[in-house]
Amino acid sequence: MSAAVTIEHDLADRHIPMARVRDTVAVINRNLLQYLRVPQLLVFSTIQPIIFVLMFRFVFGGSINTGKIPYVDYLMAGIFVQVVVFGSLATAIGLATDLKSGLMERFHALPMWTPAVLVGRTLADLFRNFFVVILMMVVGFLVGWRIHTTLWSLIPGILLVLLFGYAMSWIFATVGLAVKDPETAQAAAFPVLAPLVFASAAFVVVDNMPGWLQPWARNQPVSVTAGAFRALTLGGPTSDLVLKAVVWSVAIIAIFAPIAVRLYRKAV
Amino acid sequence: MSDVAVRAEGLVKRYGKLEALAGIDLEVPRGAVFGLLGPNGAGKTTAVRIFATILKPDAGHATVLGYDVVHQAQAVRRRIGLAGQYAAVDANLTGRENLRMVGILGQLPTPELMPRAAELLARFDLTDAADRPLRTYSGGMRRRLDIAASLVTRPPVLFLDEPTTGLDLTSRNALWETIEQLVQDGTTVLLTTQYLEEADRLAERIVVVDGGKVIANDTPSNLKSQLGSTVVEMHFGAGGGSSRASALLTGKVDGQVERDDGTVRITSNDGARILIDVLRTLDTNAIEPETLAVREPSLDDVFLALTGHRAEADDGSTEERVKSERGGSA
Repeated sequence: MSAAVTIEHDLADRHIPMARVRDTVAVINRNLLQYLRVPQLLVFSTIQPIIFVLMFRFVFGGSINTGKIPYVDYLMAGIFVQVVVFGSLATAIGLATDLKSGLMERFHALPMWTPAVLVGRTLADLFRNFFVVILMMVVGFLVGWRIHTTLWSLIPGILLVLLFGYAMSWIFATVGLAVKDPETAQAAAFPVLAPLVFASAAFVVVDNMPGWLQPWARNQPVSVTAGAFRALTLGGPTSDLVLKAVVWSVAIIAIFAPIAVRLYRKAV
Repeated sequence: MSDVAVRAEGLVKRYGKLEALAGIDLEVPRGAVFGLLGPNGAGKTTAVRIFATILKPDAGHATVLGYDVVHQAQAVRRRIGLAGQYAAVDANLTGRENLRMVGILGQLPTPELMPRAAELLARFDLTDAADRPLRTYSGGMRRRLDIAASLVTRPPVLFLDEPTTGLDLTSRNALWETIEQLVQDGTTVLLTTQYLEEADRLAERIVVVDGGKVIANDTPSNLKSQLGSTVVEMHFGAGGGSSRASALLTGKVDGQVERDDGTVRITSNDGARILIDVLRTLDTNAIEPETLAVREPSLDDVFLALTGHRAEADDGSTEERVKSERGGSA
C-alpha cells in the first residue's frame, strides 16, 4: 500500500519545466483557435472600424479642421487606438462566456498557474489587436494615410497602441468577471467606451471642445496614445506624449490586473 | 496516507442568508463508488465544488487523500478529476484539442498528451469525431468528452456531478459501464445523483442529503430494505375513490399505505403478494383506479421514508436560489 501511494505521489507532484509559460500558451492557443473556427468574430469586428475610416475620411472629414496636418493622417492615429479599445471588449465577452459555460469551473479545479487564464486571454487579444491594426494600416494606406517621418517610427507607434489595447483588456477582464454575463458586459461597456473614444483627440481636435472638457480630453489615455502616435509618425515633439501614454497604460495594468486576478479566483 | 479518499467535517457553506451546506460530515473510502443522493438544492453540487477546491467552505474542513482542500488546493487539484452537469468544454475546439488543453493545464508531460488524448477518445467512442469542433457534437457526445477530459491526468479521485442528468438511456448505460470500469482500475468515484436507481446500481455506499444536511449514510441495500423494494401506485379520479381505497387497504395489506389527493401509494417488500391483495380488495369492493403501476422505489420514496416529506425541491430550491443570487451564473 505505502509503495503504491508513494508512486502515485511522485506522479501527481511531478515538475513540468516552464509550467507557467506552458499553461499560458495553452490558453492563448485556445483563444486564438476560436478566431479560426468562428471567423465571423474577426470579420465583424473589423468591418466596424473600416466603416469608421470611410465615414470620417469622406463624410465628416471635410468639416474637421486639423490645421496643417491632412485630416486622413490625423484620423488614422485615432482609428488605430479606437480599434484596440473596442477590441478589448472581446476580453470581457470571452471571459463572461467561459464563466457561463462552466469552463471556468474546470480551470479552477486544474493544477494550473491560476493567472494563466487571464494572462492567456489578454495576450490572445493582444495578438488579435496586432492583426487588426495591421489590417487598418492597409485600409488607411488605401484612403491616403501617409507617414511623414520615417517608416521606423511606426514600430514604437504600434507598440504604444498595442500596449494601450493590452491595458484596456485588463479593464475589460475585470468588467467581464464582475458582471459574469456576455450580454451585460457588452451593455456595460458602451457607456464607458463612448466617452473615452469620442471625448478625446482621436477624431477631432480638442481646441473646439468646451473649456471644461478640454483638460480631460487632452490628457485622457486615448488622446495621449493617439497624440504620441501622431507625433512619432507625423513629426513634432514626442517625449512628453510618449511618456504620458506609457504611464497611462502601465498604471491601468498595475491597477486592474490584480483586481481581475482576485475576481477570477472567486468567480465561480 | 490514509485509506480515506475524501473526508468532510462540519462543512458549512452559506450564500447570503441561505445555508447551502449546514454541517456535512462524510468519509469516502478509497477505491469505491460513493453516492451523494439528494434532490435539487440539497447541497450536493456545493459539496463537490468544495471538494474540488472551487469553493471555500465557510466553516469546517475537507481533505482529499489527506490534503486540505483550502490550504493545499494545488496538491488536491493534482489528484482529482471533475465532470459536472454542464459539459465544461470549449465548443470551438475539437475533441482532441480539448483533451490536449486539459492535459497541459493538468500538468501532464508533453510527450504523453497526444497518446493520452487518442486513448480516451477511443475509449469514449469519439475517435471519428475527434477532429471536429465540439459545436457539432450531440449532447451525449459532449458529456462523454467532458468525462474523458476529467480523466486525462489519471486522477485517483474522480468527482462526477450528476453525470447522467439529461442523457438518453443508451448514453446513460454506457456511462454506467465506464464508471464501473474506472472503479475496477482503482479510481475512487464520488457521484452525485438525483436518481436512487443510479446510486443503487453504482454506489457501495450512499449518503442522502437534504437541505444541506446528511440524513442517511448507509449501503444501498440497507436503505432499500428500510423502505421496501416495491411501490404500487394507483391514481383515482375526482370521485373520492382514493380515500375509500386507502381506508380499505390500510391494515389489510402487508405494506405501508399512503394517500395524497387522488393517489394511493403502497410500499412493501413483497411486491407480488401485495399486488394480488390490492387487486382482490379493490375488486371485491368494486373500486376501479384510473391507472395502476408497479415500480421500484424512487428518491422521492426514500425521502418519504427518511424524512416524512417528499423531495419536491424543484421550485425555489437552494441551488436554484443560489444561482439567481449569484446573478444567473451556473
